[in-house]
Amino acid sequence: MTGKEYRTITDVKGPLVFLNKTEPVAFGEIVTLRLANGDIKNGQVLDTSDDLVIVQVFEGTAKINRETGVTFMGDVFKLPVSTDLVGRILDGAGRPRDGGPEIVADEKADIIGAAINPYSRQSPNDFIQTGVSAIDLCTSLVRGQKLPIFSASGLPHNDIALQIARQAKLKDSDEEFIVVFCAMGITAEEYNFFRSDLERTGALENAVLFVNLADDPAVERIITPRLALTAAEYLAFEKDYHVLVIYTDMTNYCDALRQIGAAREEVPGRRGYPGYMYTDLAMLYERAGIVKGKKGSITQFPILTMPGDDITHPIPDLSGYITEGQIVISRELHQQGIYPPINVLPSLSRLMGSCIGEKTTREDHKSVSDQMYAAYAQGRELRGLVAIVGEDALNERDKQLLDFSGVFEDKFLRQTRDEDRSIEETLDLCWTLMSSIDTKYLVRLDQKWIEKYHPDNRE
Amino acid sequence: MSNEGVIYRISGPVVTATGMSAAMYDVVRVGHEGLMGEVIELHGEKAVIQVYEDTSGIRPGEPVLNTEETLSVSLGPGLLTQIYDGIQRPLPTLEKEMGVFITRGVDADAFDLEKIWTFEPQVAVGDAVVGGQVIGHVQETDTIIHKIMVPPTASGTVKSIESGDFNVTQTVCVLEDGTEMQMMQKWPVRTPRPFQQKYAPDTPLVTGMRILDFLFPLAKGGAAGIPGPFGSGKTVTQQSLAKYSDAQLVVYIGCGERGNEMTEVLDEFPHLIDPNTGKPLMERTVMIANTSNMPVAAREASVYTGITIAEYFRDMGYDVALMADSTSRWAEAMREISSRLEEMPGEEGYPAYLSSRIAEFYERAGRVETLNGDDGSVTVIGAVSPPGGDISEPVSQGTLRIVKVFWGLDAGLARQRHFPAINWLNSYSLYPQSLDQWFRDNIAQDFPEIRTQISVLLQIESELQEIVQLVGSDALPVDQQLTLEVARMIREFFLQQNGFHDVDAYCDIHLQYHMAKAILSFQDAAKSAMADGALLNDVVNVPARSDLMRARFEKGYIDRIDSMVKKMNDEIADAVETN
Ligand SMILES: Nc1ncnc2c1ncn2[C@@H]1O[C@H](COP(=O)(O)OP(=O)(O)OP(=O)(O)O)[C@@H](O)[C@H]1O
Ligand SMILES: [Mg+2]
Repeated sequence: MTGKEYRTITDVKGPLVFLNKTEPVAFGEIVTLRLANGDIKNGQVLDTSDDLVIVQVFEGTAKINRETGVTFMGDVFKLPVSTDLVGRILDGAGRPRDGGPEIVADEKADIIGAAINPYSRQSPNDFIQTGVSAIDLCTSLVRGQKLPIFSASGLPHNDIALQIARQAKLKDSDEEFIVVFCAMGITAEEYNFFRSDLERTGALENAVLFVNLADDPAVERIITPRLALTAAEYLAFEKDYHVLVIYTDMTNYCDALRQIGAAREEVPGRRGYPGYMYTDLAMLYERAGIVKGKKGSITQFPILTMPGDDITHPIPDLSGYITEGQIVISRELHQQGIYPPINVLPSLSRLMGSCIGEKTTREDHKSVSDQMYAAYAQGRELRGLVAIVGEDALNERDKQLLDFSGVFEDKFLRQTRDEDRSIEETLDLCWTLMSSIDTKYLVRLDQKWIEKYHPDNRE
Repeated sequence: MSNEGVIYRISGPVVTATGMSAAMYDVVRVGHEGLMGEVIELHGEKAVIQVYEDTSGIRPGEPVLNTEETLSVSLGPGLLTQIYDGIQRPLPTLEKEMGVFITRGVDADAFDLEKIWTFEPQVAVGDAVVGGQVIGHVQETDTIIHKIMVPPTASGTVKSIESGDFNVTQTVCVLEDGTEMQMMQKWPVRTPRPFQQKYAPDTPLVTGMRILDFLFPLAKGGAAGIPGPFGSGKTVTQQSLAKYSDAQLVVYIGCGERGNEMTEVLDEFPHLIDPNTGKPLMERTVMIANTSNMPVAAREASVYTGITIAEYFRDMGYDVALMADSTSRWAEAMREISSRLEEMPGEEGYPAYLSSRIAEFYERAGRVETLNGDDGSVTVIGAVSPPGGDISEPVSQGTLRIVKVFWGLDAGLARQRHFPAINWLNSYSLYPQSLDQWFRDNIAQDFPEIRTQISVLLQIESELQEIVQLVGSDALPVDQQLTLEVARMIREFFLQQNGFHDVDAYCDIHLQYHMAKAILSFQDAAKSAMADGALLNDVVNVPARSDLMRARFEKGYIDRIDSMVKKMNDEIADAVETN
């Protein structure tokens, strides 16, 4: 149904267009705007009443005037979905960007997405081996989890995300993920980096890309992740695929949200971001998971850059309140030349407990992880003390821990961009590194694992 | 005006209707799909409605129907073991009707109206009954007798009373004035259920978490707030309380939080045994799950739905504990609705009435004399999620003004993996005075004194730590070094408790007392040995001490702890001679 064209615009403000009384327009309805020069823009209804309709325009409001014709499309925003999506590159509003044909739809899906009934969820507990030691040991990723990367500008979060996308697999299985990649406001250079890497490894054939770049319309970023997740849900829950959704950069998404809030003159929450940002982000992040009776799954890997490296900034803060842990990238480690510069101390995987151990990874995983973490944490703390009192003031135990913290960074964290360590290799490496500390100080290791795995006890 | 109007405006979850007679908090049906909503503001002839389901696709001009009922919950046998959304629709029913995704426009009864329960009358024909009086019993689960009560507003003389098998809508009792009573009744969620009087709490809610029971006890009928940044342990703590606290019934509200966390409870609880009754935990539990991505208006309602159910069981004479995770998400729902109403905002955009809503909610906690003269309680434990972990914000402050127990979670402790990450220096409980008698009578005469000694040691430690930061611990005199060791033992052996460990997660309150005594006993033994010339290092490192500490992860610890303490003390005494 395409209705009548109205020329009743009264006000234009930021990304918003205000129209006088029209026909009864649905909340959330899709709108096209035809400019005097014939250009077409798209938008969505944010507020509707008998007297006034507010439309948010995705491509920005440049050149819109009172002569602009507005047509209400009779439906809310939907994405045509089909398995033909796989291997395609689409723009931030879901149009082909790769010169290929329009997507031939099996069906059209509402991009807002319905909430998964909590009763219908299934607890995620399949360990995903990423081949990155810091993640596999300390913040194990589980299929169906939402685990963001908290990074900052100038840090190699993209390399890490790509390495994970390349290497992630269920232990002892060749089953591959379909990658749904969603770019929001990243630079063309970053995008090319992603695309060429996916191309190089052949992963592009098994991926769907939704791309909104830095010079694409900012407001469009509001819908880009929703399109990506709608595609992901279709592939996971209708077509049984295991889907890994990588979206970057959530910070640009949130800024677009703030822009709309400001144009609506809403009372802002902290730092000018809308008060409903928690709910809005949850509507994205909660679209991860596994549901009863469906074979597929959605694992989410959002990337966000913390403004000013500040983890209490509303974007990382609200994300952390929703996601199931976080992987924190450290500028300090990066400056020391360590890749991947993951700071395991503030990093956390809340679902880790359910996916590690004898049946899934190895019996000593938890014990080793706790000990590595504790020893590194103590060693790091001692660095501060040494700066004040000098290394000579340390006792034997503290000296060993201090040295260990360096070894941890240099030998355990550090790996190359294409180094894919199995969890056994990671655990064995840990035992080798920990043997530089006297066993009597390794209080978190179970005696039986020391007997079985400590290099002194193995030949 | 009639009870039918039309939609004038739609703005997210807020819909304005015209041409309809309406009163505040009336439940209405919005649009062709009949979405459920509630009138929250009246402006001349316009009624502003918050809608409990997604409003996209709805248009001005669609009909609105006023049911002229206020938002209520259904109360009766069948509540236990249920999991509801914020407006008491059972999630299993929604799954059956809609599939795994929650769509809209589906109504669902709160529980099976056809299910047959055995009603055992507790009154006879001719008896005078008043509101709240128990007229019959239904054995709802193995542990819980569901008491059928006269609705609070009714009273009279029993004309007839049934006995035997009925469903919840069949009449089981008729009064002389013709009032018919069924096993199911309704109550408006925003109105506290009446009682005769509030008592001062005098019994602790024993939780099995050492830091809570021992240092910062909560009373049955009291209210506690747990603020903390993300990842600090609010949910793990709330779930531990739901599992192990000695309440007879638990209402667990997942308010605007993660879906997977509710799934976890659903997976786990049926297999977990209540340490207090030996029965599956699920049998004493009602769950409400309105996760972060479910409609915000229903999130706003979810805490009221939960507390009304809690009050209903309280009125039967039960001790009920209610957990709300997280009240901040509830406050945010109020903020979102308020901003759609274009109300004048207060601090940080929250409505000006935020703190009074918070206070009204926690005021529904309490230990009361019920209408039928019984003694029941609702204990409320609310998680708070302050932005950036900074509790100077309105929701934390509004909560702290009203609750008497503050369990402050600390990001630093969580990062050190010290769990539960409750900061012992800034947390508090205002209940000890009123609970001390109970601890003396039921645990040990000197329980309060032992607690004081433990908390004083922790205070001293924090002062000493400041000096240590500057000069290192070796510069301290040995008696102070010993104090640091004792305090470390308190932290690592006593305060830390692994919420996921089969044995350690729950610690019997008697055992807690023995463990605290063991620490003080170590201190005494060490002091006297050191006075006789033993070295601190030798005293601290006696093998029996680490055995004692490690054994807390083993079953039957309570039977062995005294002998282990004795062994430790003997070894410490021996340290004098070896020197
Ligand atoms: N008592 C405990 N024992 C062991 N581990 C704990 C305990 N409390 C918290 N943790 C650890 O901390 C993690 C985060 O805890 P939790 O999910 O309760 O945080 P939260 O405060 O509810 O965070 P959010 O506000 O994001 O929901 C858990 O997954 C677990 O690893
Ligand atoms: Mg939580």
